[in-house]
Amino acid sequence: MSTGQEQRTIRCLVAKVGLDGHDRGAHVIARAFRDAGFEVIYSGLHRAPEEIVQAAVQEDVDVLGISILSGAHNTLVPTVIEGLKEYGAFEDTLVIVGGIVPDEDRADLKAAGVAEIFGPGTPMAETIDFVREHVSR
Amino acid sequence: MSEAAVDDLVTGVLDGEHRALARTITTIENQEPGYRDLVSALHAHTGGAEVVGVTGSPGAGKSTLVDKLAKRYRDDGLTVGVIAVDPSSPYTGGAVLGDRIRMASNVGDMDVFFRSMSARGQLGGLSTATGDAITALDAFGKDRIVVETVGAGQNEVDVVRTADTVVVLVQPGSGDDVQMLKAGILEIGDVFVVNKADMDGAATTVSDLREMLHLREGSTTGAAGHHGLGPMADGDGDDDDDEAWDPRIVETVATDGEGVDHLIGVLDDHYAHLRETDELARRERTRYAEKIRQLLRADAAALLEDELARHGGIDALVDEVQARESDPYTVADRVLDPIADCVEGRRE
Repeated sequence: MSTGQEQRTIRCLVAKVGLDGHDRGAHVIARAFRDAGFEVIYSGLHRAPEEIVQAAVQEDVDVLGISILSGAHNTLVPTVIEGLKEYGAFEDTLVIVGGIVPDEDRADLKAAGVAEIFGPGTPMAETIDFVREHVSR
Repeated sequence: MSEAAVDDLVTGVLDGEHRALARTITTIENQEPGYRDLVSALHAHTGGAEVVGVTGSPGAGKSTLVDKLAKRYRDDGLTVGVIAVDPSSPYTGGAVLGDRIRMASNVGDMDVFFRSMSARGQLGGLSTATGDAITALDAFGKDRIVVETVGAGQNEVDVVRTADTVVVLVQPGSGDDVQMLKAGILEIGDVFVVNKADMDGAATTVSDLREMLHLREGSTTGAAGHHGLGPMADGDGDDDDDEAWDPRIVETVATDGEGVDHLIGVLDDHYAHLRETDELARRERTRYAEKIRQLLRADAAALLEDELARHGGIDALVDEVQARESDPYTVADRVLDPIADCVEGRRE
């Protein structure tokens, strides 16, 4: 039908991975994404990388936002990305990371496939604009 | 979406590729071009799954119960699909879909396919999308499909009606729940679950429910002409008493899995009952009839929208009516008549 009924909504998974109980940031970003008109799936705390992969694949999200404040990003983020690749879901999922990531780790994460890293103090609008601009599909 | 892409998705779903299934549901949700061909191609491969609808007020424990149900099904070697529907904001269209948080028992188990969907404010579209998503999960080969939704309105009632068995969750000690039941949810339940049965007031809730369900039976068998069963009355109400299903009440504590075995037993009983009484086929027919009508309505409405645009849009027509140059009936006829003529012409 040519009536333009198509409804395009950006779907995001906001994920907390590993032993990291700090989810205030994840909650704030989930709400901001919601208010930007996105559909946000929140993973809940202490998820294993496989769970994040399972959720990202099944929910067919456009954006995977991983929130990490534990310092384990060098291990966990690449594991998640490998999992996405295994299911052929990496190419069209925009992976972004939020939290505490030292400058010297950024290049490695980006090389592993992270599109952007948002540290503390990033204006909400910046993250939202980034997502809007870079979502594939 | 190209024809080849649709074929790829169909092949992927039938081959059991999770990614293809996920993408198929997205295509359905977005109503991307080609989604109709996709669902049409999948339809022939359906009919293998038992569909359970779970509804109840927010916080009643739906997601937790669904998680435990899925776990039990998996223990029995069955594959499971879950569709969890959450409301979306009427202002921004955004939504936080939180049901997944409770799915803790099936970590990393890809044979539980859990999908969150938002209502997206589509008029009547939600049940179409969930119905089509069920088709996809069914064609994929899931043995059990659970649809979970907040029982807060007609939209949700439509959604659970796509299920073979409808479970209504009630939590103890809340008068508001009773209000909700009065408002219409009572009629659609095949099984009532009093969750959090370890809480104070559970026994009262059970007896309240029993009383109300008793009244519901009375209303259908009596000659009072009060059709308590509403839209579901087609099968149930007209049957003999022996054939009618007596809604059951099950007590559970979903957080620690208590009563879930019992619930599964009751769900199986209900499905067996549907099968024995041919109610299963009847419900399926009702469902398809409704689906066909719904598609026809939506397509006809779209056709009319195009036609409206050709007449200069609704505003131009409203101007005429408001200026008393014309009236709504005449205007409607003017838009519709050419279409009616066309149909007439084709028929001959």
